[in-house]
Amino acid sequence: MLILSIASVSFVFLIGIGLYWRAAPLFEEQTLLSLFSASEWAPSKGQFGFYPFIMGTLWVTLIAIVVALPLCLLTAIYLTEYAKPGVRSVILPLVNILAGIPPVIYGVWGIFFVVPIVREYIAPQFTDYSSGYTVFTGGVVLAVMIFPILVSIVSEVLRTIPKELKDASLSLGATKWETIKKVVLKRALSGIVAATVLAVSRAFGETIAVLMVCGNVPIAPTSVFDGGYPLPALIANNFGEMMSIPLYDSALMFAALLLFVIIFLFNLVSRIVLHRVESKYSAS
Amino acid sequence: MTQHPLIRVRDLNVHIGGHHILKHININIPDKSVTSIIGPSGCGKTTLLKTFNRLLDDTAEVRVTGSVLVDEEDIYASGAEVTHIRKKMGLLSQRPYPLPMSIYDNVAYGPRIHGIRKKTDLDDIVEKQLKDTGLWEEVKDRLHTSAAKLSIGQQQRLCLARGLAVEPEIILGDESTSALDPISTHKIEDLFVRLKEQYTIVLVTHILRQARRISDYIVFVYMGEIVEFGPTEELLLNPKEELTKQYVKGFIS
Amino acid sequence: MSIKKRKAEETVFKVLMVGACTVVSSSLFLIVGTIVIKGLPYLTWDMVSKAPQGGFYIGKEGGVLNAIIGSLYLAGGATILGLLVSIPISIYLNIYLKSGSLLNKSAKLAYDVLFGIPSIVYGAFAFSIMIWLGVRASLLGGVIAVTLLIIPILVRTLDEVITTVPKELKHAALSLGATRWEAAKVILRQIKPGIYTAILLAFGRGIGDVASVLFTAGFSDNIPKYLDEPAATLPLAIFFQLGSPIPEVQGRAYASALILTVIILAIVVASHFLAAKQTKHKI
Repeated sequence: MLILSIASVSFVFLIGIGLYWRAAPLFEEQTLLSLFSASEWAPSKGQFGFYPFIMGTLWVTLIAIVVALPLCLLTAIYLTEYAKPGVRSVILPLVNILAGIPPVIYGVWGIFFVVPIVREYIAPQFTDYSSGYTVFTGGVVLAVMIFPILVSIVSEVLRTIPKELKDASLSLGATKWETIKKVVLKRALSGIVAATVLAVSRAFGETIAVLMVCGNVPIAPTSVFDGGYPLPALIANNFGEMMSIPLYDSALMFAALLLFVIIFLFNLVSRIVLHRVESKYSAS
Repeated sequence: MTQHPLIRVRDLNVHIGGHHILKHININIPDKSVTSIIGPSGCGKTTLLKTFNRLLDDTAEVRVTGSVLVDEEDIYASGAEVTHIRKKMGLLSQRPYPLPMSIYDNVAYGPRIHGIRKKTDLDDIVEKQLKDTGLWEEVKDRLHTSAAKLSIGQQQRLCLARGLAVEPEIILGDESTSALDPISTHKIEDLFVRLKEQYTIVLVTHILRQARRISDYIVFVYMGEIVEFGPTEELLLNPKEELTKQYVKGFIS
Repeated sequence: MSIKKRKAEETVFKVLMVGACTVVSSSLFLIVGTIVIKGLPYLTWDMVSKAPQGGFYIGKEGGVLNAIIGSLYLAGGATILGLLVSIPISIYLNIYLKSGSLLNKSAKLAYDVLFGIPSIVYGAFAFSIMIWLGVRASLLGGVIAVTLLIIPILVRTLDEVITTVPKELKHAALSLGATRWEAAKVILRQIKPGIYTAILLAFGRGIGDVASVLFTAGFSDNIPKYLDEPAATLPLAIFFQLGSPIPEVQGRAYASALILTVIILAIVVASHFLAAKQTKHKI
């Protein structure tokens, strides 16, 4: 059992090293900087610019968080502070079911529900033409996918806040909302940060659902109604043919390595942040 | 006991989840004095205290009937403004719960809520309340550090200062010294005695000696009912009711 | 601010909250509703009882039984393999190790990271191992990739369940002279329903994931008989059929999506039932 545990810890490094090893041939050709900044993607000519894909990933993730975070915060606050226990015990499990729905189902839903709405109703307000397959669409689908993470963790965090602390604020004449805004949310900040980081890392790596709705155009998006091409989609779409072109597999492994490193750093940073925030306000 | 009653409770009943927690409570709590509510644990004394500033409102399945008049205003009347009622009362809970912010912001929290924005005004309030609670000398150099860094005793005095900063008329203490060491307890008790010049103080306690040390009046609650109410010495030394006698002697606890 | 304004602010936010809550909780119905409306007209008995026949992909006879069975094999195999690895690990981390030790801390961080790693990365990693070992895309490859994916889920869920076991129980077992292994057995018995929940969670994840099996499991119209044969999976079948220009084939994608949704919802209901049972028997 000791060996298994140690093996599982070293497995993290094994994945990192394995991916690096496979991606290494690419570094002999190009510097890291040029890989990040170049926007030309032409595998047959040996050009591998990751800029459009990195931007695609960032846009989709950012949109997902911007859409999901306010909705989920409000929902979690409502469920824990205002809603009757009966309402809460119905809605929380419902939201949690979303976590079990497979990505491909989200993709199908995105194609038949979100894409037409974006194409017919939302995009025309801002731009001349949009196919509906945009980074915005991808972001919305992703937002729904991260609802359960955000709602369940934030509700859990809000529930742990002592009633006496809220009473202290209420008895000073604050309204319930003022208490939530100034005391509860402040106290819950570390938990909210943790939930957001988890949600972001989920959004970062989501592949199929996003691939199905965001257009897969290898150009860095300039508006939310442009198509985009996130890193995971790049890997998924091209893995089959990579063997025939030199360095192609290294480039795709590099994309996987990039995702891995980002997730790793996110977890590390969030741990440190959480630790800091907690030690600052926890009761002595 | 000719003092003017500030809080008047008329036929108050509280049900929580089908249990009759408080039964037909009638009492007048005198102004500018310390009144202790005593009784065995689970008798409803904390619930009674919480009805005074409507902190039961958020408890699930709670039903309150009857009336509580503060300054002749029924706080359970349908038009009563709950934030206004609560502003009149400072609450000191069992354990100190400093808000997750600095010492300064803790005291300034209430005044800010009620619309005081000017820095100099807030500075004055913070300084005055911290001086009144004897904290000023201990914390004046670190007003902007987290309140959680203070000792428990200091935190409790900070909570008192925070409550006083909204200029209440009444201070409600819910076993406010039960988490404190003897020295901190002593400090809080002294404060109560000093503060009764300006405030009406209602304390819940299960320590008879504490009730005796600091209160002018005692209410003895048993099984959700008021058994006896009277001036401290009279009730402790010469109780009228058999139940009170037994409790004072330590037969019921 | 006057009390009126303060109250108004609260009312505004309350309205926003109810709105947000409605949006969030209705999204499940939107998704399931869309799938049902799209899929139901195409759902036939053939879909679930037959493997693809000749000309299936241009709209002729057949069903997706190959993919259903493939998915069940894959998720089932991965869950069993995953349990064999994750139960000892979570027992070891929680019962043998002191909670502050370096290995414990780094293991918790490692599992957070592993939990967060996208399934496409697991797929890519498993694929490179397969190339290295000379294994072609097959049921075995898929099982390995999915196992990697669900081990962190299992470990984390088991970890949570074990921490709900009262410490006293462990101490009581140990103080009666039980060895750590015997104490572990006591705890295992205590968390049995929790293990079932973890299994369902992992199985659900395994059956629904595409990215990890995209390159590792291959795709086949036959129901796999051996581990080294390529196997179709339901999500992948949906994905491929959806890309077809032929309406019948697309329709089958919707019907397959409906089948997958029904399987997932059945798992959810089952785990909910188990969770309810678990709380009932808790000491």
